[in-house]
Amino acid sequence: MAVPDSLSRSSLRRRTPIQRTLRRRLRLLPVVPSIVLLGFFMLAPVAWSFYASFTNAALSGQAALNPQWVGLDNYARMLTDSVFPLSAWLTMVFVIASAILGQNALGLGIALLMTRSGGATASLVGTVVVASWILPEIVAAFAAYAYFSQDGTLNQLLGLFGVQGTNWLYAFPMAAVVLANVWRGTAFSMLVYRAALSQVPRDISEAALMDGARGWQRLAFITLPIIRGSIATNLMLITLQTLAVFTLIWVMTGGGPSNASTTLPVLAYQEAFKLGDIGYGTAIASVLILIGMVFGAVYVRLIRGAKP
Amino acid sequence: MRRPVRIGAALLGVVGLLASAACSAQPQATSKQTIKIVYQKTDSFTALDKVFQDAKQEFEAANAGVTVDLEPIQANDDDYGTKLALAQRSPDTAPDVFYEDTFKVRSDVDAGYLLKLDSQLASWDEWSKFNEGAKAAGRGDDGSIYAVPLGTDTRAIWYNKTVLQKAGIPVPWQPKTWDDILAAARKMKAADPGVIPFSMYAGTGTGEGTVMQSFYELLYGTGSSLYSESDKKWVLGSKGFTDSLQFLKTLYDEKLSVTPADALDANVWKKVFGQWLPQGKMGATVEGSYAPSFWQKGGSYEWAGYTQDMGVATFPTQFGQDPGGVSMSGGWTLAVGAKTKAPDLAFKFLTTALNKKNALAFDVNNSQIAVRTDVASDPGYQAANPFVKAVSDLVGVTHYRPATADYPKISLAVQQATEAVITGKQSPAEAAAEYDASVKKLVGDAKVMQK
Repeated sequence: MAVPDSLSRSSLRRRTPIQRTLRRRLRLLPVVPSIVLLGFFMLAPVAWSFYASFTNAALSGQAALNPQWVGLDNYARMLTDSVFPLSAWLTMVFVIASAILGQNALGLGIALLMTRSGGATASLVGTVVVASWILPEIVAAFAAYAYFSQDGTLNQLLGLFGVQGTNWLYAFPMAAVVLANVWRGTAFSMLVYRAALSQVPRDISEAALMDGARGWQRLAFITLPIIRGSIATNLMLITLQTLAVFTLIWVMTGGGPSNASTTLPVLAYQEAFKLGDIGYGTAIASVLILIGMVFGAVYVRLIRGAKP
Repeated sequence: MRRPVRIGAALLGVVGLLASAACSAQPQATSKQTIKIVYQKTDSFTALDKVFQDAKQEFEAANAGVTVDLEPIQANDDDYGTKLALAQRSPDTAPDVFYEDTFKVRSDVDAGYLLKLDSQLASWDEWSKFNEGAKAAGRGDDGSIYAVPLGTDTRAIWYNKTVLQKAGIPVPWQPKTWDDILAAARKMKAADPGVIPFSMYAGTGTGEGTVMQSFYELLYGTGSSLYSESDKKWVLGSKGFTDSLQFLKTLYDEKLSVTPADALDANVWKKVFGQWLPQGKMGATVEGSYAPSFWQKGGSYEWAGYTQDMGVATFPTQFGQDPGGVSMSGGWTLAVGAKTKAPDLAFKFLTTALNKKNALAFDVNNSQIAVRTDVASDPGYQAANPFVKAVSDLVGVTHYRPATADYPKISLAVQQATEAVITGKQSPAEAAAEYDASVKKLVGDAKVMQK
């Protein structure tokens, strides 16, 4: 530039506070379109759902024509509804078993093993695991249904050994959908941890080895603390993904038998669209959003704590 | 809630008006108009699609410049209802003419989805051909007509004669009481443990099928009912309700029906029609008068032998008390959307789709009970299948669902009660008590009565 460095700096210093705020505001201009888009397509539906949860909006009948403001009635109904607590509990079981324990631990395990194994094995395992992840959710759901159903692959395999299988989707619905979600989602955690582990400096690990640290000690005291930030990020992402799982459960069990696998998204869908009670359905969805926010807040604190 | 949409639509409307005013100097000789028809079509239900394809040709030939836009929805009954209701929430997506379940008419009239047809019907000379009972199917709470019926149906016991004969049960078979059914089913089980003797739907998987083709036949045969039309209240705590659940429990506990796992599969009815009955693996089931539509030529499970092998019997009352039998009726209608821009054109299309030729084709292909007197007396209708007379006679002992706006939720509560009983989660008494509690919660104490 033609302007000497010192001059441009001094001119910057000479700007009035108003000019500076204006400049700062102008810098926001490029992100405005994305904020507007997010507002329209993310925030507006959430806000509408929140609003509708305070009304008796319905698909048919008088309430479809003139929805009435009912205050907290829908939320009060959850307290007396026998299915809601069960559903909230099943959602927790589903998230903890399939995401926090299943996908997270299995993903980390596979990633650790892959760093030790040879290139060919690692890429073969990686391909197999990722294959289930790249399937569209509906295809993965049908595949899992075909695997666990009465005449499905699992029972045919068991039949080879002379074992008479049961209808897994009916007898163990939660276990079936948890396993299906672990199968489908582990790839994501694996990829995150592969990337994180490649950032762990070799020399620290080797120094610990010289000091006589065993394998598990190196994992617990060296590797895990270093990738703590990645663990928290991964947990946040898979928790929120798993909270929102609908297609997988709907296709495999439809929430049954007798609500034994009705998680909150399934319950919200049933209430809003099967029974036409949009007010109650959106109230359940709003609670689900709140649960997601609580999880999110906890993980954000973890991430902050991870960065000194 | 829908205000932005309304304002948007209003603005569009204003712009449209201004535009049309600006152009009004030039008369539009070839005005292009489109009417949108929404209906259900599945791999096993194509009869209506055929009727609409024919009606479209007829109508477009008779009305130059009009395009009929057929938009079939591929979904089961439940999902079809949901998709239709969602489409009706906005004038942009609302259909002009649509296929509407009779039990949804009243609540959809309340929702303002259906156009009042009184004045148009008054000038339609063929309206007098519809029988009076059927006309009521499209009546709203205000007494006006909002929908025109395509056909109606009844429910009966459909049994495979060969399976019964193998068990030494003489055909034609007509059980007189519930115990007759159990006795016959046990005989079939003893003769061949591989057959499913007497299947009755239960659980939430089969949806309305569970109540229409199973539970209500039981409940209305005990002398009790779901809803008191005179008091406009839901009936709770009746012995008939518990007895009906107990009967289902007996069927499932003794393995006289399908397994509970099969019962909860939403597609179990496809196996009933497509495999078990034709292959002689099921003795009997309770199904609609439309059953032959699956087996006849062109049906989804073609089976030429059904005319000889199958028999039909009236579902008996609990102890054989009067009137000796029980049946349930439903049926579907055509209606005009309240938000249509061309009400007269839409109604004209409706009358084309429901003229004698098309109504006859639909009733025959879909094995419906005719609601037009000229169709009912047509030889082609009466000869459609050997069971037309038997199932039409059941109109004498039939019942209709209490189609109030609350009904879908009540129906689900009944389905849940049956599911809890057949899966062994609750005893019939416990399930009935839970049903009572949930109905009270759903409709409020003022709308229930103890019996």
